Amino acid sequence: MATFLVVAVFIAFIALIFTGGYNSDFLDRARKTKIWDWITTVDHKKIGILYIASGGLFFIFAGVEAALMRIQLLFPNFDFIGGATFNQLLTMHGTTMIFLVAMPVLIGFMNVVVPLQIGARDVAFPFLNALGFWLFFAGALLFHCSILFGGMPDSGWTSYVPISLNDYSQGPGVDYYTVGLQIAGLGTIAGAVNFLVTIINMRAPGMTLLRMPMFTWTTLVTSALLIFAIPPLTVALFLLMFDRLFGGNFFNVAAGGDVVIWQHLFWIFGHPEVYIVILPAFGMISEVISTFSKKRLFGYTSMVFATVLIGFVGFMVWAHHMFTVGLGPMANSIFAVATMTVAVPTGIKVFNWLFTMWGGRLKFTTAMIWAVAFIPTFVMGGVTGVMLGTAPADYQFHDTYFVVAHFHYVLIGGTVFGIFAAIYYWWPKMFGRKLNEKIGKWHFWPFFIGFHLTFFPQHFLGLFGMPRRVFTYESTPMVDMINFISTIGVIGMTIGSLAFFYNIYVTTRYGQLAEADPWDGRTLEWSIPSPPPNYNFAQIPLVRGLDAFWLEKMAGKKEMIPSEPLQPIHMPSSSHIQLIISLGFFMSGFGFVFRGFELGALGLAIAFFGMFMRSFDKDRGYYIPKEELENVEKGA
Amino acid sequence: MSVEIEKNLKLSVAPEMPAHLETSTLEGRNKILGLWFFLGAEVVMFACMFGVYLALRNSTAGGPTTQDLYEIPLVAIMTTILLVSSLTSVLGIHEMRKGNFRGVQLWFGVTVLLGAAFLSLEIYEFFHYVDMGHTFTSSAFGTAFYTLVGTHGAHVLFGVLWISGLLYNTRKEGLTDFTAPKFYVASLYWHFIDVVWVFIFTVVYLMGMVG
Ligand code: HEM
Ligand SMILES: [Cu+2]
Repeated sequence: MATFLVVAVFIAFIALIFTGGYNSDFLDRARKTKIWDWITTVDHKKIGILYIASGGLFFIFAGVEAALMRIQLLFPNFDFIGGATFNQLLTMHGTTMIFLVAMPVLIGFMNVVVPLQIGARDVAFPFLNALGFWLFFAGALLFHCSILFGGMPDSGWTSYVPISLNDYSQGPGVDYYTVGLQIAGLGTIAGAVNFLVTIINMRAPGMTLLRMPMFTWTTLVTSALLIFAIPPLTVALFLLMFDRLFGGNFFNVAAGGDVVIWQHLFWIFGHPEVYIVILPAFGMISEVISTFSKKRLFGYTSMVFATVLIGFVGFMVWAHHMFTVGLGPMANSIFAVATMTVAVPTGIKVFNWLFTMWGGRLKFTTAMIWAVAFIPTFVMGGVTGVMLGTAPADYQFHDTYFVVAHFHYVLIGGTVFGIFAAIYYWWPKMFGRKLNEKIGKWHFWPFFIGFHLTFFPQHFLGLFGMPRRVFTYESTPMVDMINFISTIGVIGMTIGSLAFFYNIYVTTRYGQLAEADPWDGRTLEWSIPSPPPNYNFAQIPLVRGLDAFWLEKMAGKKEMIPSEPLQPIHMPSSSHIQLIISLGFFMSGFGFVFRGFELGALGLAIAFFGMFMRSFDKDRGYYIPKEELENVEKGA
Repeated sequence: MSVEIEKNLKLSVAPEMPAHLETSTLEGRNKILGLWFFLGAEVVMFACMFGVYLALRNSTAGGPTTQDLYEIPLVAIMTTILLVSSLTSVLGIHEMRKGNFRGVQLWFGVTVLLGAAFLSLEIYEFFHYVDMGHTFTSSAFGTAFYTLVGTHGAHVLFGVLWISGLLYNTRKEGLTDFTAPKFYVASLYWHFIDVVWVFIFTVVYLMGMVG
């Protein structure tokens, strides 16, 4: 506690020097910098980019963690990092990839793209949206502080009790997990509420629900899933936190606690979560495939229906993660059947993509290649999923490498491939430059081959009985070889990822400027400049059907028909209060992790103080005058 | 619309104000819809806590049981107070529709006071239980009880602070299309807290009496 006070006083001192006595114009200068502009922004496009960039940063962390684990498994009885570190890396890798890579990058794309696709100038709650990002970032940062201070969590991304309780996981590792995810989860709820209201209330005239682009639809359903799936996780994390920090007895069997409660709550969240990270990817590749096939998405209505159905059924299958717990044959059968029904809407989607491509004028840009690679890879993951959903067979598969292979096929082959497709597709819209197509191929092929090399053999590893989450194994004929091959595949994925980051560098420095509509796109975001002005649409467009922009182009027009005269545009003011609130939660989290409850309370007080500040804020934004708009539009 | 209704509307609404001030702007409509979704998340959260409580309520580890602890008269008084506070917040919204800011201040003020009264009784109740050996750490039942009821209490506290802040905040501005949605949203939140309490009263206390 004392150290924290010292540090806090020191920081206050430095801040005073810079802001007050010695350098009074520092604040003024800080306000004019680009950084200040970005951290106080409430513009959904910038917030989206912040989400994607932080996801990219954590992708590097989690990727390195994975590579280290694979090296440890290169040979039997190998001693590279050892068991304790392996457990920590395993936990960090899984948690980071799901919560701090897949989710923020997807949410980032929703931020950038959805308002543009529905023809809106802004989101419903610009401030709340910014707050959502900063809460996510505060939680992520807190979680990653565990690398430096006190040790990483080590009980797996699922953090099953009792191994995540104090008795078995000493030190603050798991506390970083509970508190960090708690804060990030709060941010996610804020983001989800924002999307729901934006999509429901702020569509352009004529944009009926069944004219919304597929990505917007998946965003809508995903946000609904988030609203209902995050709270069970929040509760689970609270219970674990109370047991670890305050001597609660939820999971203490001696005092009447019950460890299975954790598993239920975690998977009531956990299974919808896997759809949260796959549905937006479905949306992304739907856009890409339709654009590069020059065809309207086949079976659009059934696609919408399938998305909603998957979201709905996704809440009724969680116990397929618990087949071996002993819930009894009745429960297992019901959940097995429910699980297999999910394959039906998923199958509908796969065939719709294939039929979209059928007879289309296909153009294999890098984005399209990723989207096409998605289909067979994801289907393989779906097939192993149905195998796992067969309860009796799962007794054999459960907790083996077969499960590891399954979820990497759906998470990498599905979510990550989808994200890469989206990055190549929407990059020009976000930054006004096209990613290099040639380097893009260097990104795709090594990554694709490396991925299959790493994870395809793991199916067999699992069937031979190798359990997951072990840091080493005894020398066994086939097992040795498969582990070796699996690690070699990582080299391919590494080369691909490096090519990707190199591509970003080259594009940013030397890239070819992109026009407003580089792909001959179909949806509204391609009807405005790249990158879009901060008010998106000078005049809100009138939507006359699905693939609104394409319809106008087919009617011989270059632009959308405006639904309103040019008039002054209302914009929200940027704000720094979200930073205060997030900082408060961050401090408080640190306090709780180190059992410094005074600091914890102080941080919470700061956070709530920030919320009240916001409530007292009388700033209702500003208007961009009509003359300025006319000038900009003429220049464009 | 019949002439009579129209006349009544004209009477009840201050001349320049729309009939439903809280939904007269897009911002206001967004706020209200957003709060409904937020409440959706809260419903799931409380549902999970109820589930946990039901699973653990008989795990008393030798400590006092639900029958030993709960006394219906006190809880009935608390329930009444909270239900009445919901009613007063409705009256506040009613005054808002009439454009009478004084009335809004009065009824929301009463709501805050009732909320505070509820909280004091709850704190008294908790102290009483602790004296009887029923604490957060005494058993799984204890942990589950204080988590569920305590979370609800924290929501009441937040609501009290929220509405007080709102009253202070708007004391000069009065009713506008900017402040009206804020009152409306706060009252929605308050009703929600009330509904959760009705479930706590039933599931925790009434069902606890029969074991
Ligand atoms: C046809 C659809 C799917 C079915 C039937 C299915 C079925 C299953 C089953 C039964 C398990 C439990 C295996 C075990 O632990 O014994 C499992 C694990 C898993 N699945 Fe799927 N799955 C499907 C799609 C997906 C998708 C789309 C994702 C993510 C994008 C996903 C991610 C995961 C993850 C992460 C795990 C492992 C969780 C863990 O224990 O750490 N699955 N799946
Ligand atoms: Cu699942």
